[in-house]
Amino acid sequence: MKDLLLPTSDVTDLEAGEWLNLSGIIYTARDQAHQRMLQDGVPFSLKGQAIYYAGPCPAKPTKISGPIGPTTSSRMDPFTPFLLKEGLKVMLGKGQRNQAVKEAIKVYKAVYLVTAGGAGTYIASKVKEIQVVAYPDLGSEAVHKLIIKDLPVLVAIDIKGNSIFQN
Amino acid sequence: MREITKEEIKKAVAKLFFNANINLGRDVKKALQAAKAQEKNPNAQKMLSIIIENYKLAEKNQTPICQDTGMAVVFIDWGSEVILRNASLEEAVNEGVKEAYQEGYFRKSIVKDPLRRENTLDNTPAVIHTRIIPGEKVKITVIPKGFGSENMGSLKMFNPTATWGEIETYIVDMVKKAGANACPPVILGVGIGGTMEKAALLAKEALLREVLSKHPDPFWAEKEENLLLAVNKTGIGTQGISGTITALACHIEVFPTHIAGLPVAVNLNCHVSRHQEVWL
Repeated sequence: MKDLLLPTSDVTDLEAGEWLNLSGIIYTARDQAHQRMLQDGVPFSLKGQAIYYAGPCPAKPTKISGPIGPTTSSRMDPFTPFLLKEGLKVMLGKGQRNQAVKEAIKVYKAVYLVTAGGAGTYIASKVKEIQVVAYPDLGSEAVHKLIIKDLPVLVAIDIKGNSIFQN
Repeated sequence: MREITKEEIKKAVAKLFFNANINLGRDVKKALQAAKAQEKNPNAQKMLSIIIENYKLAEKNQTPICQDTGMAVVFIDWGSEVILRNASLEEAVNEGVKEAYQEGYFRKSIVKDPLRRENTLDNTPAVIHTRIIPGEKVKITVIPKGFGSENMGSLKMFNPTATWGEIETYIVDMVKKAGANACPPVILGVGIGGTMEKAALLAKEALLREVLSKHPDPFWAEKEENLLLAVNKTGIGTQGISGTITALACHIEVFPTHIAGLPVAVNLNCHVSRHQEVWL
């Protein structure tokens, strides 16, 4: 399996259908955070960065992160072309994306990855650091900065617009 | 008359939600292992391996299987000879939910108002369905229902002359539309008959059955089997990435209906199909 270290400026060699070992920095953002970023601007530079569509459970005192599996990516579709224009390179979630997102992925040479939906505890075991960096009032939906190590992910849509999904 | 205290209800509800969110049922585990063995797409098989490793790790760490610890759905069958003195059943259930979600470090996913969206911070209120049954016992069944799959549910009022083929096409199209969003391999809960809300409730109750248990009426057992085959023929696969297995099971519940109608409701559950019950 190929390694991908985040953040990254180049994802041109990744192909839909291949598995990656994902490590490095990734920011969580769900529905409410996306809406705020669109309305008020992104509170940090997105250049070369990665966003993970997820909202964790609170962590047990003995654990670094609570369970943190992906949520449905397509709910973020209306906001995604804007974030790609701002420099977003990598998205991680679950499920299909719409045509507008696919087109924007091609234009801005980005990549969309998926991992196993529902595998909250497994994915939490790959999180080495977690910290809220924006919108703390949103609770689980706040933007969390994660440092992950060796999370298996599947390339779902690559820079050519090739997709692992049927439609 | 037998008396049950508010505390007993609260404790039972808390324990059920705690267990349901952390320990996956034996039937679902078995179905997932079987799915992995049958799966022909190596990518989907790898996804299933992660899913299996995840439920094992959740049980070992005593942490939730999935971060979406759901909206709390509670079915209560209340014996007609049982009395709850000076307390509200709703309050007792909600206090149990609150305790489980706080002490289990579960995600609080409920907002007070569907448009204003302020979090209630304790995952209450629960959606409670009560029924009176004869006797001196109380049965409590809980389902922490995740919304990736809940969002993909659907209901249609068919004409009474509709054929099974039309109904099957409607359900299969719905599963196709849900794609990866419902977190396949899914379990299909199908409610047929009654009124609009009765069909929806039957669909939810169908999710409570043991995975792959058959409908007692051979006519409907055959329909369940056909539907499962048709859904798996779509090739949507685990997490929507193509594959042999799209659904682990299909359960149908039926009820008499009106001469002018044929309501059909489908409630999907993800592979983290959680439910627990107890008799008090």
